[in-house]
Amino acid sequence: MVVQEPLRVVRCGGSKLSGARAAFSADAKYLLCASGDYVKVYSTVTEECVHVLQGHSNLVTGIQLNPQNHMQLYSCSLDGTIKLWDFTDGILIKTFVVGYKLYAFYMLADSEGSVFVIIPRKNEDASDSFQLASVKLPKTPDQEVEAKDLSLILDDIGQSPKCTAFGREGEYVASVRGLHLLVYFFKKKKINRFPLSATSRKGANNYFTCVACHPKEDCIASGHKDGKIRLWRNFNHKREYTFSTLHWHHDQVMDLAFSVEGNSLLSGGVESVLVQWRDGSDCKKEFLPRLGSTIEHISASLDGSFYCTSHSENKITIIHSNLRVSAVIQGLVKGSDVKTGLVVDPRTKALVLNGKPGHVQFYCLKTDKQLYNLDIVQQEYIHQVGLNQVELVKAAFSTRGSWLATVEQREEKETELELQMKLWNYDEQTQSFTLNTRINMPHEGHVTALCFRDTDELEDRTPTLVTAGKDGRFKVWVLENDSDAEKPSMGWSCDFVGSYHNYPANTCCFSEDGSLLAVSFERTVTVWDSDTWDLKCTFCHPPGKIRNLCFGRLSCSKYLLGTTDNGFLCCWNLLSCALEWSAQLNIMVLQPDPLSENIAAFSRLVDSSDLFIFKPNEPRPFCIQRNLCRERVQWAVFIPRDVPESVGSEKHQWLSRSQLYVLTETQDLLTFSTKSAEERLTPSSKQLAVEESLLVTPFYLLLGKHRHQQKSKENATLGTAVFQSHVTQDSPAIKELLHTPAHVLPSASFLCSIFINSMLISKENKSAEEVVDEVEMDSEKAEDESDEDVELNEVEQDINTTAFLGEITPKLSKSQEKELRKIRRMDYSWIAAL
Amino acid sequence: MASYKPVVVQSFPKLGEKITQDTLYWKNYKTPVQIKEFGAVNKIDFSPVPPYNYAVTASSRIHIYGRYSQEPIKTFSRFKDAAYCATYRDDGKLLVAGSEEGVVRLFDITGRAALRQFDGHTKAVHVVDFLSDKYRVVSGADDYTSKVWDIPSATAVVSYSEHTDYVRCGCISKLNADLFVTGSYDHTVKVFDARREKSVMTVEHGQPVESVLLFPSGGLLVSAGGRYVKVWDILRGGQLLVSLKNHHKTVTCLCLSSSGQRLLSGSLDRHVKIYSTTSYKVVHSFNYAASILSLALAPEDETIVVGMTNGVLNVRHRKHEESKERLPKKKRPAYRTFVKGRNYMPKQEDFFVSKPVRSHLKKYDKLLKSFQVSKALDTVLQARNKTPEITVAVMQELNRRGTLKNALAGRDETQLSVLMSFLIRYVVEPRFAPMLIKVAEMIIDIYLPVVGQSAVIDKQFLKLQEIIEKEIDYQTELLEVLGMMDALFATMTMKKATSLEKNKTNGILRVLEQDTSN
Repeated sequence: MVVQEPLRVVRCGGSKLSGARAAFSADAKYLLCASGDYVKVYSTVTEECVHVLQGHSNLVTGIQLNPQNHMQLYSCSLDGTIKLWDFTDGILIKTFVVGYKLYAFYMLADSEGSVFVIIPRKNEDASDSFQLASVKLPKTPDQEVEAKDLSLILDDIGQSPKCTAFGREGEYVASVRGLHLLVYFFKKKKINRFPLSATSRKGANNYFTCVACHPKEDCIASGHKDGKIRLWRNFNHKREYTFSTLHWHHDQVMDLAFSVEGNSLLSGGVESVLVQWRDGSDCKKEFLPRLGSTIEHISASLDGSFYCTSHSENKITIIHSNLRVSAVIQGLVKGSDVKTGLVVDPRTKALVLNGKPGHVQFYCLKTDKQLYNLDIVQQEYIHQVGLNQVELVKAAFSTRGSWLATVEQREEKETELELQMKLWNYDEQTQSFTLNTRINMPHEGHVTALCFRDTDELEDRTPTLVTAGKDGRFKVWVLENDSDAEKPSMGWSCDFVGSYHNYPANTCCFSEDGSLLAVSFERTVTVWDSDTWDLKCTFCHPPGKIRNLCFGRLSCSKYLLGTTDNGFLCCWNLLSCALEWSAQLNIMVLQPDPLSENIAAFSRLVDSSDLFIFKPNEPRPFCIQRNLCRERVQWAVFIPRDVPESVGSEKHQWLSRSQLYVLTETQDLLTFSTKSAEERLTPSSKQLAVEESLLVTPFYLLLGKHRHQQKSKENATLGTAVFQSHVTQDSPAIKELLHTPAHVLPSASFLCSIFINSMLISKENKSAEEVVDEVEMDSEKAEDESDEDVELNEVEQDINTTAFLGEITPKLSKSQEKELRKIRRMDYSWIAAL
Repeated sequence: MASYKPVVVQSFPKLGEKITQDTLYWKNYKTPVQIKEFGAVNKIDFSPVPPYNYAVTASSRIHIYGRYSQEPIKTFSRFKDAAYCATYRDDGKLLVAGSEEGVVRLFDITGRAALRQFDGHTKAVHVVDFLSDKYRVVSGADDYTSKVWDIPSATAVVSYSEHTDYVRCGCISKLNADLFVTGSYDHTVKVFDARREKSVMTVEHGQPVESVLLFPSGGLLVSAGGRYVKVWDILRGGQLLVSLKNHHKTVTCLCLSSSGQRLLSGSLDRHVKIYSTTSYKVVHSFNYAASILSLALAPEDETIVVGMTNGVLNVRHRKHEESKERLPKKKRPAYRTFVKGRNYMPKQEDFFVSKPVRSHLKKYDKLLKSFQVSKALDTVLQARNKTPEITVAVMQELNRRGTLKNALAGRDETQLSVLMSFLIRYVVEPRFAPMLIKVAEMIIDIYLPVVGQSAVIDKQFLKLQEIIEKEIDYQTELLEVLGMMDALFATMTMKKATSLEKNKTNGILRVLEQDTSN
C-alpha cells in the first residue's frame, strides 16, 4: 500500500504573525493577518484559526479588505502577485500578477480598479530605495490576470508599509523617509516636501518611523525615532504648515493609527504600552500598559469597536475600544536565543522552551497553539533597549513531570553574575507549577547542564537533581523534608559537591535506570555511582572538549556516547570501561530517543547540517539525511507519539514511536515526515469553520456528539489511516436529512424514526431495517462511495471486503450503548420545530 | 493583560536551629529571676506536694522558697559546715540533708530543730534520700560507704562499702522500696537492694559519676560523669543503651521533665541541654551565666531552677497563654456587613458588571510602578531599617532597571546620611554585601566631588572605610583558618584511603556547624 517515500523535512510551529498590519472583517468577527506565506483568519471571539488562505509562494506583505466588497480580501506578496480572496469560505477568487516584488498594498474606496503598491526601484533586490506605484487591475473574468499597467506616483520612499499613508478620501498620500515628509496631492499633482533637521538642540532624534493620516480632516501624524509624534496640519502650503508635538514614548514610535472617526490616535512602541491620544492633545491620553512586548503594528476595526496590536513576540492582542484586552492570539514565541533548548513536558507532551522574556512557554505541537506561559523570573519586565535583563538559561523536567527546575541568570559584567535556580512543583489542584525552592547562586560560574535522575514512582527514591557549573563542580540536590513546628514543607538542598581536578564541568547526564551519573569535565568524562557518589571511572580517549554526552537506552544501556569539539563521536562500553568505537563527525547535537535505542546526531559541515540515526551497539547509522538545512542545528528533541505511526519503509522505522523536532539557529522549528504535504494537512481548520457557523441546537448537540465519538474511534483504530472528509462518514440517513432540501423532505414525524434508528446500535438494527427499507437502500449506496461506514449497515455489509476493513468496524462500548438508549428515551418533540 | 509584578523580596533561610515543638515549649518561659545565695548551690529539690516549694542547699544553709517568692520562706541553718542535698520526702513533710561533718539530719518542714540525727559516716555526706517506703533514709558519703537508716530508731540498718571512692550521687527507685542506686568517683554506678548484703548490679561509667537518675519506669538508668551522659538498660543487666557527649565540660546534674519525655542535663560549660528520651538527640538548650551545679524542674515543668557555682539561683517561670487572651478585643463590624449583597443570586436578564480585584501594592511598589525611583528608595530607607531585605531588594530592582545611579544621586545631607548609615550597618552582612558594595561604590563615585563639605557625611565615610577594612582583615583571617583546616583534612583523608572523594568544603561546614551548636 505504501511505497518507499522520501523523508521530508517539514517546517512547523507557525510563522510570524506580526509581519504586517492585521485587518478586521467588516463586522469585526474575524481578524485577518499575514503569517508567512499564508493569510490566517482568526475568530475574534474564540481566538481560533478559522481558515488559512494558502496560495502565495512568498512572504505576504500586505492585506486589506476590498472596500467595494467587505467579504473579500486583497493580499500582496513578495512573489509579485495580488490575490483576491473570499475569506469567509477560504476561496481564492483572483490572482493579479504584477511581476515586481510587492512590499505594501493600499486600496482606496473611490479609486476603482486601481491599487497602490510599493515596489523596489529598478526591480532590484539589492537597491534600498523604493517607489509607490499605482496598478490598474484589469476586469476580466479569468482566474489569473496579468496586471502590468503601472504608473509611478512617488519615488524614493521607505520600504515599510507603515511609512506611507493615504489621506482623507484619497486626496493625498503622505510618505516618510529619513528626515523628510512627502505629501503628494493627486488632484493638483504636486509634491510638498517637509524636511526636519537631524537633531535639535535638546538632542532629539527626528528620524521618521511611521505615518498615519486622519480619516476626516487634513491632518497627518508622524512618529519619530525619539518617541515624539508630530501632528501636521496646513500641509498644502509649502511654508505655512504647522505641526504640534505629542511626546510620551521614550523610545521609537513603532506604529500609529487613527480611529475610524479620527477623534483618537493610537500609538505604540518598544515600551509595549498602547497610548490613546484624544483629540490630538497632549493632556488627554489613556494608556494600556504591559502588553507583553514591542508593539509593531496597530490597526482599528471598521466599526470602531476593536483595535488590535501585533507584537514582536508573535502575538496579536485584540483590544476593545475602551482599552480592555478582549482576546490574545499567540503563536510560538520565537524570541531571541533559545537557551533552554527543547524540553518535553512529560505530562502534556508539550514542547517547552524560552518564551516571553523570563517565561517558559508550553507549546502544543499538535494544535500549533501555545498552551500556557509560566512566569519564571517573576519580575516586572522593563521594556527598554540595552537593559540587561534576567534571562532563563536552563530548564529540566523530572521523569513524571512533577518537578521543573529552571536556572536564570543576569550578567552585568564579566565578574558580576547573578544566578538563581528555581524548583517548581506541579500542583494537581491548580494544574500548574508552583515555586518550591529558590536557590541563589547554585554555582559560582555559569550553570552548564541540569538533569534529573529518572525515578519511577514505584521505587521510593528521593528526587535528585544534578547541576554542572563552569566553576568546576557538579552539585547534587535532593528533596528534603525541612518541616518545622509552624509549617510542614519540603525543600531542595545540596547533598553532594563533586569536582575533578577543578576542570569546568560541561555536561552531565544520568543513565536510564539512574544508577550512574556521567559528568564531563573539559576533556574527561567521569562516571559516578549515584548512590554513594563515588567516582567509578573516567574516559578521555580521544582528547577533545566534550560537547554532548548521553547514555544508551534499553538494550544499549551499557554504552555511553560522547561527542567532542574536535570532531569525534565516541561510544564507550561501561562494562569493559573501554572505547567501543568512534567516528570522525563534527556532531553538534546528540539526542537519544526515550522510547527506543535510537540516537539522533546532527553533524555540521561547512554550510549544511546532516542527520544520522544510529544505535549505539553498531557504529553504522541506519538512516542518514543529508542537507537537512543550511543553518546550524541548535537543539533537537524526540517527542513520543500518542499513537505509534506505521511507517512504510524499514529505514524510517525510527519515526514510528516518537517524532523528532529540530530547532535551527534561525529559530525555525523543523520536523520529519514521510507523508506528502496534502496528507499532513488536517481538515480540522475546515471543520472549525463549519462548526463555528453552526448554531448550538439540541440536534447539533446530538449529531455533534455522535460524530465526535465516531471520529475519535476511527482515530484510535486506525491511527495511521489517512484523513478523509468527515461528511462522507456520516450515516446515510443523517446525510439524507442534511442534504435534501427542506421542502422535499417528508414530515418530521416520519423522519424521526429513521433518524433515531440510524443512531441505534447494530443489535437492534435488524428490526429497524425491516421496518425501514429506505435506509437499507441508502446504506448500499453509501458502501460504494466510502470504504468505511457506520454501524447502521455493518451487519449486512460484506465483511470480507478486506481484512483491513474488518478491523475498523466500530464496536460500541457499554457506556455508549447506555447513552444511546438514553437518547432514545428523550423527548424529540423539538424535531417538529425543524 | 498582565498586571504589575511587585518587587521580589528575597527571603533567606533562618540560620540556626529550626523551630520545633520543643523550641516553642522550652522558650515559653519568662525572663529569669536571679536570687543570690551564700555559696555554690549544690542541690535544689521541689516539694512533691502543692504549692511546690523548693529547698535550695547552698553553703551551710537550706532555704525553702515559695513558688514566686524572692525571699526564702524558711531557713534551716543548724549546720556547722556545708550542708548537702536537702531532699523532700514524698509527702512533702520531712526533709533530709547531709553535711560536711558526716551527720545526716532529718527536719520537719514546720519545725526548726532536727527531728533525727544519723551519726555513722566518718566523712562528708553528699547524698541523702528517702526510700520510697518513707521510713528509711539512704545516704552516701566520702568515706566510700553508703548506708540505709531507719527513721524511727535513727540507726543504720545496712551499710555498703563496695565503692572505692567518694559516693557523690544516688537515687532511689520509686517502684521498689528497697532499691537504690549510688554513683561514685570510682567510675562506677552500683545498684543496691536493701534486703541484700551486696550490690545487685554494677555498671562502669568510665568517668567519676556526678549524677545518677532512674527513669520512673525503673527500667532505665542515666548516669552523668565527665563529659558523658550514659543511659543503661537495667532490665537487660546494665547494658549501655546510648552514650551522649554534647557538653564540653563535666556534666553535673540530671533531671527528667514531668512527662518523662525529656531529659535535662546541666554542666559546668554553662549549658542545660534537653534531650528527647526517644531519639536521645538534643532538642533544645539553655545558656546560663555560670557553671551549673544543680538543676530542678517543678511538676508540670512550671519552673526551671538552676543553681550555679557563683551562688546565683536562676528561676524561670512558665508563661501562660491566658494573659494574652485578656487583651481588649478590637471591635469589628458584624458578619452581615461583609456578606451584604454577596448572596444575591443574579437573574438572567441582569447585566454583570465585574469589578476587577484590586491588588494592594506596597508604597515602594507603587512608586516603582510609576518609575519614581528616588522616591521609592527614600521610602524603603525611611522604614527604620527593620526590614533591610526590602531595602536591598528595591536597590536590586533599581539596579536591574539601570536607574540605581539616578536614584542615589541628587541627595542632600540628611538624605545621604540616612543612606550612609544603612550602608554602615549592613554592608558587611553576607546576604546583602554584593549589592551594598555596589551601592557604596556608586555613592563614592557620585559624591566624590563634594567630599569635605559636610562634617557628618565625612565622618560616615570614614566609618564605612573603617568597617570595610576590618571586614577585609577578618576575611583574610578566616581564609587562613580554612587553609589550616584543609591541611588537617588532607592528612585525615590520607589515612582513610576509602573516603578519598569526600568533599572538603562539606566537611568543613559540618565541623563549623558542630562548633556553633556547642
